[in-house]
Amino acid sequence: MDSTAEKITTMQGYKLHVIETDKYKTNTFVWKMKAPLTKEDVTKRALLPQVLQSSSANYPTTTALRSYLDELYGATLFIDLAKKGEYHIISFTLEIANEKFLSDPTPLLKKGFELLSEVLTKPNVSGNAFDQETVNKEKRTLKQRIQSVYDDKMRYSNVRLLQEMCKGEPYALQVNGEAEDVDTITPENLYEYFKNAFSEDELDLYVIGDVKEEEVKSLAENLLKFENRTPKKVVTTEIPKKDQVNEIKEEQDVKQGKLNVGYRTNIVYGDSDYFALQLFNGIFGGFSHSKLFINVREKASLAYYVSSRLESHKGLMMVMSGIDLKNYDQAVGIIRDQLEAMQKGDFTDQELIQTKAVIRNQILETIDTSRGLTEILYHNVVAAKDIKLEQWINDMEKTTKEEIVAVANKIELDTIYFLTGTEAVK
Amino acid sequence: MEKINFDQLQEELYHEKLSNGLNVYILPKKGFNKTYATFTTKYGSVDNNFVPLGKEEYVKVPDGIAHFLEHKLFEKEDGDVFQQFSKQGASANAFTSFTRTAYLFSSTSDVEKNLETLVDFVQDPYFSEKTVEKEKGIIGQEITMYDDNPDWRLYFGLIQNLYQNHPVKIDIAGTIESISHITKDLLYECYNTFYHPSNMLLFIVGPVDPNKFMDQVRENQAKKNYKEMPEIKRKFEDEPLQTGQPKQVLEMNVQTSKCLIGMKALHVDQTGPELLKNELTMNVLLDLLFGKSSENYNQLYNEGLIDETFSYDYTQEQGFGFAMVGGDTENPDKLADDLKNMLFQAKNGTTFTEEQLDRAKKKKIGAFLRAVNSPEYIANQFTRYAFNDMNLFDVVPTLEKITMNDIKTMSSEVISEERFSVCQVIPKK
Repeated sequence: MDSTAEKITTMQGYKLHVIETDKYKTNTFVWKMKAPLTKEDVTKRALLPQVLQSSSANYPTTTALRSYLDELYGATLFIDLAKKGEYHIISFTLEIANEKFLSDPTPLLKKGFELLSEVLTKPNVSGNAFDQETVNKEKRTLKQRIQSVYDDKMRYSNVRLLQEMCKGEPYALQVNGEAEDVDTITPENLYEYFKNAFSEDELDLYVIGDVKEEEVKSLAENLLKFENRTPKKVVTTEIPKKDQVNEIKEEQDVKQGKLNVGYRTNIVYGDSDYFALQLFNGIFGGFSHSKLFINVREKASLAYYVSSRLESHKGLMMVMSGIDLKNYDQAVGIIRDQLEAMQKGDFTDQELIQTKAVIRNQILETIDTSRGLTEILYHNVVAAKDIKLEQWINDMEKTTKEEIVAVANKIELDTIYFLTGTEAVK
Repeated sequence: MEKINFDQLQEELYHEKLSNGLNVYILPKKGFNKTYATFTTKYGSVDNNFVPLGKEEYVKVPDGIAHFLEHKLFEKEDGDVFQQFSKQGASANAFTSFTRTAYLFSSTSDVEKNLETLVDFVQDPYFSEKTVEKEKGIIGQEITMYDDNPDWRLYFGLIQNLYQNHPVKIDIAGTIESISHITKDLLYECYNTFYHPSNMLLFIVGPVDPNKFMDQVRENQAKKNYKEMPEIKRKFEDEPLQTGQPKQVLEMNVQTSKCLIGMKALHVDQTGPELLKNELTMNVLLDLLFGKSSENYNQLYNEGLIDETFSYDYTQEQGFGFAMVGGDTENPDKLADDLKNMLFQAKNGTTFTEEQLDRAKKKKIGAFLRAVNSPEYIANQFTRYAFNDMNLFDVVPTLEKITMNDIKTMSSEVISEERFSVCQVIPKK
């Protein structure tokens, strides 16, 4: 597994992670900025990377910046927002061709790095404010992005589940922030926030490709320098236990009902039983051999999609399915039965072996892509742990049935959310 | 087995056409953990009118049957093939498009076993009345899911505007009504006609030894008794050059409107290098017109008519083709008008500079390098190209040869009022 040989260096204000591998025809940079998720900052953090990637000091219009990216053999630059536990993470990804596969020998790694540095550190500002026009149009785009969640019912119902389930917790916030807060952002206060973020966020740069660590390090030293900082940690508060399962039904004009069920796993990345939780999820609902797929889809013919997934840093598990409106009770019943079966140890050695094989395969496949590899390695930054991938795989292989049953008994059903049609018959 | 070298890309491709007609391709990828294999038949949703194997007369089969067959092939008398794959640590899947049905797995161990499972399950159908009925509930939910998806409705709405007779206008999954007519006998009829090895292609990409894997496939096929297959007879009704309707508006439960404009393709009888050149030229033209570095894009973005969902795409297969441009918008009528004007300005002589063309070509070349990082892309696209007698690895040399004249000819020929159409999704009142 030499492709995961991650070389980490502490630079000025950030950590540099270099992964040398010759399996790609491109080189990838991923710049990550992490801060606690708060109502106050979340919308600014959603807008900031959009403004930064739309123009810069030397490329003051989107046309100029995008033309230059095209010129660099269609280098791609995109941003992404994520919640990992109660952290809000901004990612900038720049991927650029490796010139050894081109007939043109222009050194693209250096040019790509320079452009990333330009976008991050030399914004299009006048005085103490971002360019007004840029901020205005990106505010409009952000509002549209927030609003568009409503139109994708699968995403919408997942967002609604989390809002209901995590009411009062930062995790109920959406990655894109809140529509009403977009209006309060000005070119001045966003610029102020930009300076804060670059001096307080935990910053990490991943560089993956056929590169030399020394070369990357010396480029990084020249191109990216920030103040040293001690990143803020999320203070986790005890979540008050609900007395009973929270059941929410919402009516809209939809043909298919969306059933989303939320559980507290009481286990997070880095806990000793985290790998048992991964296996639990695999047997229960993660795959097409899992109990949910077999019982809800294959046996009862109720759904096309039904699966469960984990939120590793917050300690949640979410089941999602699309069902006919009239089948709500039956589907909820079958899903509840599957968790009970897991809690009673009602699964075979065959299911366990199968799930271990599939998860091992999934991890190895994920690290075949530079993005997947970055996401796996970044878990350690979020959780402030140092778990090597080999250990991840080994610990999972050693996990026993008893440990999985113990995990199943820690899992608590919290909220059932159902987006139902206006013609629902009861 | 022949070996084909692609020096600039530093890749080697191995190929053999087996005696039963099956084309097998192997692309070794060093450094990767994963092996990805696709087993694809040249049979998709548009192939709904054909002469079944051993018969004389054309039959018309229910809409959605190719996709239904794809689902049902996973089920066997002794259970489900997904189970078999996951026991062997693989993840399996399948998809049906207008012109292809592909079965695939990816795995990082037991690759030989998984390959055997893939080839054997696709070549050993088991359909029963009971399992066919059960599947109708599952696919019914898949259809309902797409019915609620505004982007899907917009996309198909536009195709239905553009095409009057061609079956590309039929939703790949069919409707709940159309799939109710599917029976096990109909499934066997489609299977026997389209799943002969001579109509299929197997592609393997990953850290594999090509000799060993070619031997394995050869031996596997030698054990199976395929008779020589007559050429498949498909029938498509005549399709006029003009669109069926210029505009359609769908009201749905959405907050943001959507607008997509489309242009029906010309020269849809093309195959091989001609098709490759044509589709790449069209893609470069769309990039010049609507790419993020274009003036048009920035004008639309600055006016608040488009957002990050804006995209454009060109599809061309034997018998049909279309360009599409659009996305979410606050003003679907203004966006439709502006996009149309931009297209017609290009037709009437908007000039691009050599520098812009050069940059657009560079962008496409870089995008190709990025794409060939992905084993999935290589296997799926190579197969699509091969079914159209093209070679995926000719993309870069073909791009390099595109001239300003090609771009001009393309825009003056293809862009036309009678082949233009608009589809919009707006919030239900």
